[in-house]
Amino acid sequence: MLIRFIAVLAIILIFWLGTRKMKVVPGRFQSLVEMGLDLVRVSIAEDLLGKKDGRRFLPILTTMFFMVLFMNLTGIIPLLNIAGTSVIGVPLVLAVVAYVMFIYAGVRKHPGSFFRNSLFPPGVPWPLYIIVAPIELVSTFVLRPITLTLRLLMNMIVGHLLLVLFFSATSFFLLLGNGFSLFAVGTLAFGFAFTLFEILVAVLQAYVFTLLTTVYIQLALADEH
Amino acid sequence: MSFSLAASAADAVVRAAAEGDATHNPVLPETPDLIWGAVCFLVLLIFFWRAVLPRVKKLLDERGEAIEGNIEKADVAQREAEAVLAQYTAQLADARVEAGTIREQARHDGQRILAELKDQANTEAARIAANAQAQIEAERQAAVVSLRSEVGTLAIDLASGVIGESLTDDRRSAAIVDRFLADLEASENAAGSTAPASGAVSS
Repeated sequence: MLIRFIAVLAIILIFWLGTRKMKVVPGRFQSLVEMGLDLVRVSIAEDLLGKKDGRRFLPILTTMFFMVLFMNLTGIIPLLNIAGTSVIGVPLVLAVVAYVMFIYAGVRKHPGSFFRNSLFPPGVPWPLYIIVAPIELVSTFVLRPITLTLRLLMNMIVGHLLLVLFFSATSFFLLLGNGFSLFAVGTLAFGFAFTLFEILVAVLQAYVFTLLTTVYIQLALADEH
Repeated sequence: MSFSLAASAADAVVRAAAEGDATHNPVLPETPDLIWGAVCFLVLLIFFWRAVLPRVKKLLDERGEAIEGNIEKADVAQREAEAVLAQYTAQLADARVEAGTIREQARHDGQRILAELKDQANTEAARIAANAQAQIEAERQAAVVSLRSEVGTLAIDLASGVIGESLTDDRRSAAIVDRFLADLEASENAAGSTAPASGAVSS
């Protein structure tokens, strides 16, 4: 839990400093912060939702992205060493937020017809509704939050386990002494490689989580399902 | 041997790692976990919503305005430059036309002045010629008059020499000379008018 507070504090510190005195012509640090915010604003929110809706959902999407990103990154920061998202609380909370958001977006946009259109997509011959409706029900309203949660959670748990495995093995082989030190070198190298890989996974999972939430909102807002 | 050792070591590590999580299922959430996760999310949401994004929005607006302002400024400058250029071009064309008219005027003036001068020269020449003719006529008259008196004197002198008698009686001599000359003029006039006739008679 402490790790999450540290991540939250880090986010607040960085963005507070980065946006405290914003200039029209940005400095280095401001450029970096802007690049991060633009990733969410331009390539996720505005690309998928358009300018108007993108602006509406931008606060939530930005929060999601940076919260997931920073809590993922704690997994490879020395002394923290465990991802804030590798315990189910945060992924679940965020998935529930995404779930509520896309249903809210759909109901606001198409009051009355959102659930009907989601379960009985127009343009499908009516006998097929017997099959389609349960599929849509499960995939849209049951599986989406579960997959969001589990994708993030499992990625982080597995990454953490891999790192623990490699580095524990390294110290185990070193303590064992004699010929096994060679194995220690190998496991250390793998541990290092997977640490780098975890950085990639951390950014990627944050991006995927935010992107999927945006896509769900976009589907809810779309006129035709 | 070493493989089995490595395998057992890996087993031990996995079991140790698994035992840590085995106390609870990682998919089942714990209440404090959920509560604090939600608190983190809310804190960050409010932070981004109320603090960071408005600032970014303000900045982007400012930047957009700055860019638009610059573009507008550049547009204004360009329009001004174009107007000045058009003005200069018009002025240049005017100047060219003016120069053309002035040149034409000068050519006309030159021709006119030349013609005037020619006229003047012609009249002057005519006047000079007339003067000269009048003078010549006057001088001829004078010469004729003086010649007449001199010829008379000379002829009288000669005749008096020939006949040995003075013919200095002025009144008589003048009468003789005058009669002679009058005869001479009359014969001359007759010869002038009847020259062809006399020619025809002589042949």
